[in-house]
Amino acid sequence: MLNIKNLHAAVEDKTILKGLNLEIKPGEVHAIMGPNGAGKSTLGNVLAGREGYERTNGEVLFNEKDIFEMDPEERAAEGMFLAFQYPVEIPGVSNLEFLKASLDAIRKYNNQPELDAVSFMKMARETCKAVNLDQSFLKRGVNEGFSGGEKKRNEIMQMMLLQPKLCILDETDSGLDIDALQVVAKGVNDLRDSNRSFVVVTHYQRLLDYIVPDYVHVLADGKIVKSGGKELAHELEDKGYGWLDNNEVA
Amino acid sequence: MSEVINERIGKEYKAGFITEVDSETMPPGLNEDVVRAISAKKGEPEWMLEWRLKAFNIWKNMKEPEWAHVHYPKIDFEAISYFSAPKSMADKPKSLDEVDPQLLETYEKLGIPLHEQEILAGVAVDAVFDSVSVATTFRAKLEEAGVIFCPISEAVHKHPELVKKYLGTVVPVNDNFYAALNCAVFSDGSFVYIPKGVRCPMELSTYFRINEAKTGQFERTLIVAEEGSHVSYLEGCTAPMRDENQLHAAVVELVALDNAEIKYSTVQNWYPGDEEGKGGIYNFVTKRGVCHTNAKISWTQVETGSAVTWKYPSCVLKGDNSIGEFYSVALTNNYQQADTGTKMIHLGKNTKSTIIAKGISAGKSQSSYRGLVRMSPMAEGARNFTQCDSLLIGDKCGAHTFPYIESKNPSAIVEHEATTSKVSDDQMFLCQQRGIDPEKAVSMIVNGFCKEVFKELPMEFAVEAGKLLEVSLEGSVG
Repeated sequence: MLNIKNLHAAVEDKTILKGLNLEIKPGEVHAIMGPNGAGKSTLGNVLAGREGYERTNGEVLFNEKDIFEMDPEERAAEGMFLAFQYPVEIPGVSNLEFLKASLDAIRKYNNQPELDAVSFMKMARETCKAVNLDQSFLKRGVNEGFSGGEKKRNEIMQMMLLQPKLCILDETDSGLDIDALQVVAKGVNDLRDSNRSFVVVTHYQRLLDYIVPDYVHVLADGKIVKSGGKELAHELEDKGYGWLDNNEVA
Repeated sequence: MSEVINERIGKEYKAGFITEVDSETMPPGLNEDVVRAISAKKGEPEWMLEWRLKAFNIWKNMKEPEWAHVHYPKIDFEAISYFSAPKSMADKPKSLDEVDPQLLETYEKLGIPLHEQEILAGVAVDAVFDSVSVATTFRAKLEEAGVIFCPISEAVHKHPELVKKYLGTVVPVNDNFYAALNCAVFSDGSFVYIPKGVRCPMELSTYFRINEAKTGQFERTLIVAEEGSHVSYLEGCTAPMRDENQLHAAVVELVALDNAEIKYSTVQNWYPGDEEGKGGIYNFVTKRGVCHTNAKISWTQVETGSAVTWKYPSCVLKGDNSIGEFYSVALTNNYQQADTGTKMIHLGKNTKSTIIAKGISAGKSQSSYRGLVRMSPMAEGARNFTQCDSLLIGDKCGAHTFPYIESKNPSAIVEHEATTSKVSDDQMFLCQQRGIDPEKAVSMIVNGFCKEVFKELPMEFAVEAGKLLEVSLEGSVG
C-alpha cells in the first residue's frame, strides 16, 4: 500500500524528517506517536503534498506509484486521504456542494460515472448520521462556525463518503471530548477492512484505546526510533517519551 | 500556491467576436452639430434637441472627475464617434423578420435568441446594438398588461408626456461630467413604464452590445413604476476584443412611486482588455433611483468586465419608510480596475438601506468599494447596514474600501462592517486533498464568497453569473 524509504523532508529549509522508513500493507493500522516537534504532522503533509513541505531525499510509493510525481489532487484521487488536525473554513461553500465536487472529481479521475443527485443525497445523509451530525450540517458552509469536535467529525464524514484506500489521521483526537472521540473512533473502525490502511498520528495513547492499532511507531527527531505492537503505546503512556531518550535513542 | 497563482494569468473572453456588418458611423469628434445630427437621425422633436443642447453646453464647462481610485490615460473626446448604427436599421424594420439576420445571429451567439419562441420563458428582451435598438420581444404580451417596454428613442415619439415628465429628474443634466455627456449624445436604451398596481408579468431585460470600433456607447434607460407596481429588470453587456479602449457612459434613472418596487440587476461583462492590460471598455456609468413613500429599489450587480469601472448605483430614499438595497459582486483580474459602490441618501423617516458589497481581486488588478450613506436631518429613525468584504487571490492585487458616512439625525443608525480575506493556502490544500483541482477550487471558494449577492439575482441569471465568474477567473491559478 504505502512504502516509505529513507524519507528526508524540509519545511522552509529546516530539515524535519531525517531518514524515515515505513511499510504499510493493506488492512493494517499503524499508529505514529512521538513528542512535539518530532515531525508527526510533517509526515502527513509531505505525503499529501502540501506546498512548502519539500522532499529532499528518499522515496515514497503509494500503490507502486511515486507520489512525488503526482499533484495533491491526484494523490487524493488515487485514494490517499488526510484528516486534518485543524480543518479550515470555506465560508459560503456548503458542505454538500464541497462533498459533491470532491466525489465527482475523484470518480472522474477513476473513470467512474458521476453519481446522480438522488443517490448522492442519500449517501450524504447516511454518512452525516453515522457521525452524529445533524442533517443541517450538509447545508452549512464547510466548517463555518463549527466547534472543534464538529470539524473533526466532519473530516471523518468526508472520509466515510470518499472511501479512500489510505487514511492518514493527523492528531484527529486533539481537542476532542470523550463522546466525540468515540464517534470518530467508531467511524474509523467501521471503515477498517482488509483492503484499507490507516496511519493514525497522535500524541496520546487515549485514542488508541478506541482505535486499536496493529503497529505502534515512535517518531523522534525525524526518524522512527522504535516500533512495536499496541502494547508499546501503553508503555509510552506510563514512562513518557523521556524514557526513549535514555534507553533507545542514545 | 501564491507563485502558482501568479503564473499563467490570462483569460478567455467568450463574447469577444466582431460582427461584420455595414454600419453608418458618424465621423469622430464632438460639437453642437454632432448633437444636432444625432437628434436629427432619431427624428426627435424640438424639446428633446433643446434638452441635449443644454446638456452639451453644461458638459463643455465641466471637468473630468479625478477622485476615483483608477488610472487611465486622458480620454480624447474628439477621437470618439458618437453614433454608429447598422445600415440595415436605417429603414426601421417593422418586425423581427425584417431585421438583418447577421444581427440576430450576433445575439444568438451571445446566448440571447431574439425569436420569442426560443427565448428564455418569461423574459422580454430589448437588444441594443451600438447606438440603436435592434428588437424588443414580447411587446404585445406586455401591452396587454399596460406595460410599456420599448427603445427610449421610440418613447420620445410615442410617450413624450412620460419622457418629459421623468427624464433627468433623478440624474440631473449637470449631475456629473459623464452624465452630462450622456444627456447630450445618448443614442438609445430602454424605456419601461409600469402602470399603477400592475405587477409586470415577466422579467424585462436589455442586452447592450458595442460592436463598431472607435465608437462610444451612450445608452439611457428610464424606468417608471407607478404606485403599487412591481418590476424586475436585468441588463447584460458585452463587446468585441479590440486593442484600443472604448468608452461606455450610460445613465439609468429609476422612479419608484408610492408602494412601488423596482429590482434592477446587472451582469456587466464588457471586454476587460487582454492580460497585458491592453484594450477594454471604460465603463463610466451613473445609475440612480428615487423611492417615494413605502417604495423599494434594489440594485444587484455582477461586474466582471471592463478595463476601468466607475459606477455607483444609488438610491434617494425620499419617501417615508422607503427601502434601498445594493448587492454587488465586482471581480477584477489582470490589469482591470474597478471603483464601484453606492450612495444611500436617506431623506424620509424610517427609511432603510442595506449594502452588501463583495470585491474580488486577482492578477494585478485593483478593486475599490466607495460608498456614501447620508442621513439627512429629516431622516428620523432611519437605518443602514453596510457589509463590505474583499477577497484577494494572489499577492499582486489590491482591495480598497472608502466608506463615507454622514449622519445628521441623532436617531438614525448606521452600521458598517468590513473584512478582507485571501483565498488561503490552507483552503486550497483542503480542496486539493479532497481531489478538487486548483481552478475549480478557486472558483468554488469565490462563488461561496459571493453567495449572499447571487441569491438576489433572478434565478436564470444566478447560474449564469456563477459561470461568468468561473470564466473571468480562468488562468488566475496555474
